[in-house]
Amino acid sequence: MPDRTRLRVVLAEDAALLREGLVAILEDAGHEVVAAVGNADALVSYVEQVTPDLVLTDIRMPPDHSDEGLRAAVAIRAAHPDMAIMLLSAYVADAYVAELLESAPGGGLGYLLKDRVGHVREFLESLDRVVAGETVVDPEVVRQLLRRRRSDGPLAALTQRERDVLALMAEGRTNGSIAQQLVVSEAAVRKHVGNIFAKLPLDPAFDRRVSAVLAYLRR
Amino acid sequence: MTTPPDAWAAVRGRPRSFLTSRWPWRSLAYLSSTVPVGIVCLLLMLVLIGVGLLTLVVLVGLVLLAGVPRAASAVAVAERIRARLVLPRPEAAPGPTLRERLRARHSLPIIWSEVGYVVLLSTLLWLVDAAVLVFAVGVPVVLVLAPLLVRFGPLEVLGLRVDSSGEAILAVGLGIVSVVASAYLVTAVASGQAALTRLLLDPPEARLVEAVAALRRSRVDLVEAFESERRRIERDLHDGVQQRLVALAMTLGRAELKTPSGATLELIQAARQQAEEALENLRLTVRGIHPAVLTDHGLVAAVHDVADRCPVPVDTDIKVAGRLPAPVEAAAYFVVSEALTNVARHAQARSAQVHAWTEDDRLVVTVIDDGIGGATVGRGSGLAGLVLRLEAHDGTLQVHSPHGGPTEVRMECPIELG
Repeated sequence: MPDRTRLRVVLAEDAALLREGLVAILEDAGHEVVAAVGNADALVSYVEQVTPDLVLTDIRMPPDHSDEGLRAAVAIRAAHPDMAIMLLSAYVADAYVAELLESAPGGGLGYLLKDRVGHVREFLESLDRVVAGETVVDPEVVRQLLRRRRSDGPLAALTQRERDVLALMAEGRTNGSIAQQLVVSEAAVRKHVGNIFAKLPLDPAFDRRVSAVLAYLRR
Repeated sequence: MTTPPDAWAAVRGRPRSFLTSRWPWRSLAYLSSTVPVGIVCLLLMLVLIGVGLLTLVVLVGLVLLAGVPRAASAVAVAERIRARLVLPRPEAAPGPTLRERLRARHSLPIIWSEVGYVVLLSTLLWLVDAAVLVFAVGVPVVLVLAPLLVRFGPLEVLGLRVDSSGEAILAVGLGIVSVVASAYLVTAVASGQAALTRLLLDPPEARLVEAVAALRRSRVDLVEAFESERRRIERDLHDGVQQRLVALAMTLGRAELKTPSGATLELIQAARQQAEEALENLRLTVRGIHPAVLTDHGLVAAVHDVADRCPVPVDTDIKVAGRLPAPVEAAAYFVVSEALTNVARHAQARSAQVHAWTEDDRLVVTVIDDGIGGATVGRGSGLAGLVLRLEAHDGTLQVHSPHGGPTEVRMECPIELG
């Protein structure tokens, strides 16, 4: 891969097959896998030792196979607010998204379905985006949230077009990319984004764009 | 080694486990206690009936004679309990207490089988038991003690003559064999007698109630086995096939990046696409079996998930704190899932609402839509299967769906499963 920064990654995935696959993908891309572990406790202790650029972890891991990875991520985040974390999940659960977004603001966060890893190029790009501090949420998660009825809440004030724009923002896209996707000018997108910011009660602790996305994801 | 559940099972079981079990001793206790109980009963009956007949002229006798069935009832209660020495009842079927039984007796008609049993007990049974005891205890004791007894003169046991100390040693061997035979005899007679007691004293309703309780337990067990089997299949699919498919997609994805554009690259891309489609199919299948989100996160998250997938807008209001027993969560989830599937397919609804709450230790779930109505729990529909599943847990599922709508599917289920 040309001019991609070499990342130091700590990886947690309980299934050996997938762990090896992820290591291979990361190493193919020139990243350094500092540690590849099979449970959340080992993940937390390695992160303490080596302070990686990126934490990549499965959500469902032993011993309980529920959300050990997620809880480890929240703990890591509390100790290192700037640590970039990408979570992988075998299925969509909005409970995950909510918990993820409850964690402290700081460095980049990502939540992807494992199916996405097969799209190696896109997967590596989303890792870079998370390291760059962006929030990346799986398109399938966004699609599901988009289908949800919003009879109440702040999003009720948005027009359909503004919601479309916000949904694309939630996927982590830039104004330029949104304009391309919706086949409108970037100026039009900027206007919609401005309207969204004006209509939503935004949390001053966050960047306005992040905050709007959070409002959206929390519905 | 498992202990036999009652004396009769012990007799029919392996000799070793029979002889080391407590059943021969309990049977001995049962038969020995029959003798005094029978004698007391005999005296009681004689006094009641005798004095009753004598005083019949002054009408006091009527009262005494009327007391006979009452007394028989009281004896019957005690005898049922005594029979458990040999044939214990399964623990899970708690009957009425002694006090309740006695109180209930006052309003019950005379139960002739109880009177008959008491007559049998006070005349025949205790005599039979006494004879069995003398024989079953006497013979082995005399044989084993033969070396001592033979000093006082020749012995004769069961037609065998023992008159020298050599023969006495032989008799000890026989005595040990006869201990085993006695254990079998005592236990068999005790089982037979306890079974007879049961037969005469257990009213048919009680036996029915017991049978129904047993049937109900087995149905709950079946439903739960079914449920845990589904969870196991889900876990197997998740840990096995799904991971292999993800790994396959990863490998193909890596190959894709290393392959220059051309026909090979297109094939690799097609293969990755197919792996992803297989994953998606698998995900749908797993969701129908037992969704992972339900196992991991419980009812609220799972209902949100299914509501989010429904093409008709769904409002949810789930007031359920914490986790419920897995069968209840599963039943509620599948009711919501099935009802929303029907809403999407048939109801022509614009919106639907899912509500869930707990009241009086029951979980209530309703799914209401504003569609055209006319829905039924037809044979073969997904809801019909859920009706059966809920009935096993003493729950209900009702569908109110007048033509023209609205449709309400309402499920109720006890939270604590018996």
